[in-house]
Amino acid sequence: MNDLSLTAALWTVGSRDLLAAMRHRADLLTTLIFFALVASLFPLGVGSETALLRLMGPGVVWVAALLASMLALTRLFASDYGDGTLEQLALSPHPLTLLVLAKIGAHWLASGLPLVIIAPLLGLQFDLNADAQLVLLASLLLGTPTLSLIGAVGAALTLGVRGGGALLSLLVLPLYVPVLIFGAGAVEASAAGLGAGAHLSLLGALLLVALVFAPWATAVSVRIAVE
Amino acid sequence: MLAIIKLECVRGERRLFSNLSFEAAPHTLLEVRGQNGSGKTSLLRNLCGLLPPAAGAIQWCGKDIYTIADDYRSHLAYLGHLSGVKDELTASENIRMSAVAAGLSASAEQIDAALIRLGLRDFRDSPCKALSQGQRRRVALARLCLSVTRSLWILDEPYTALDTAALAVIKDLLESHLEAGGIVVLTTHQEVAITARATRRVELGQ
Repeated sequence: MNDLSLTAALWTVGSRDLLAAMRHRADLLTTLIFFALVASLFPLGVGSETALLRLMGPGVVWVAALLASMLALTRLFASDYGDGTLEQLALSPHPLTLLVLAKIGAHWLASGLPLVIIAPLLGLQFDLNADAQLVLLASLLLGTPTLSLIGAVGAALTLGVRGGGALLSLLVLPLYVPVLIFGAGAVEASAAGLGAGAHLSLLGALLLVALVFAPWATAVSVRIAVE
Repeated sequence: MLAIIKLECVRGERRLFSNLSFEAAPHTLLEVRGQNGSGKTSLLRNLCGLLPPAAGAIQWCGKDIYTIADDYRSHLAYLGHLSGVKDELTASENIRMSAVAAGLSASAEQIDAALIRLGLRDFRDSPCKALSQGQRRRVALARLCLSVTRSLWILDEPYTALDTAALAVIKDLLESHLEAGGIVVLTTHQEVAITARATRRVELGQ
């Protein structure tokens, strides 16, 4: 197996998932609408006190993004598992860790990146200023890939389990906590004039750690699932 | 050269088979027979390396397949009960993408040839969800046309849902692969006479 064939395989696995996602656009819209709805429920629930909303804004947008990205997780492996594609991937001579990473990348492009793009729109609802918006965008851009990576491990572990969706959220939500703390914290720190640098660096560090360990753990879980 | 040494398979509480040993040299067709639930699919998944056996060893050219995992997989083509065909993609996309992901080269000409050989020319751009069960199976089998460089073919019930025309094509494919020095391991309940220099039968559940 040469490098060229590995690159082609990774590219193909990623683009296959993107193509399938594009042909199921309704699923993508569901995630986005869920995100917008959850974030919009808070002002309705807690009242329209501007100062309060401005204070809550970053946290609410982050929690909504986290829930929406979790909602999309079940799609990552479920259909591949059902139709035998996952089995074929596990039998590919290319390293499964990298093939899985390509799948996670495609999943983030299809379900994580759209969340990042519409987040500023939801930020407007909470009257975030331009600086806070920018930090929110940066924190989501660094944080959502980590959510996809951590979530992939959970998604692979719950393959073929009855009621896997609920179990998946129990597994994954506690692991999302650090990302949430530093993500929402970044926006709050910048609003308080402390600068978001430290929080963003920590988010970056989390992403790097997840990038190293999550694909490997996911690949191991996939091998167990296709047994 | 594939060698199975004292293989044992346990699923749940049941021991499906034990002390199973056989060898398959190039040009060999190996038919695995047995009743439903006798462990045919488990044996095939053992042989692919998807399911580690409870005991015993599987060797490829004298080396254990679990120690040479990636290298072994580059000699292997597997078709299971699940065909690995994605509903959202067209027939030609399915064939190309699954081949490339499996590390095979797939030029446009090769894919066209595979589609024509399996009688799918008119369906190349139809999404697979619009195809019938047998046609989907043909899409999955078209991958074999691109797998001629893989010496070991492991096929679980390859004849299911196929009509006589497709059956003839598969028979032809298998025979030319065997003639070229390949090894084919398959399970089936149908009597399909395949000419090979060596044919071996493994009966399970006796």
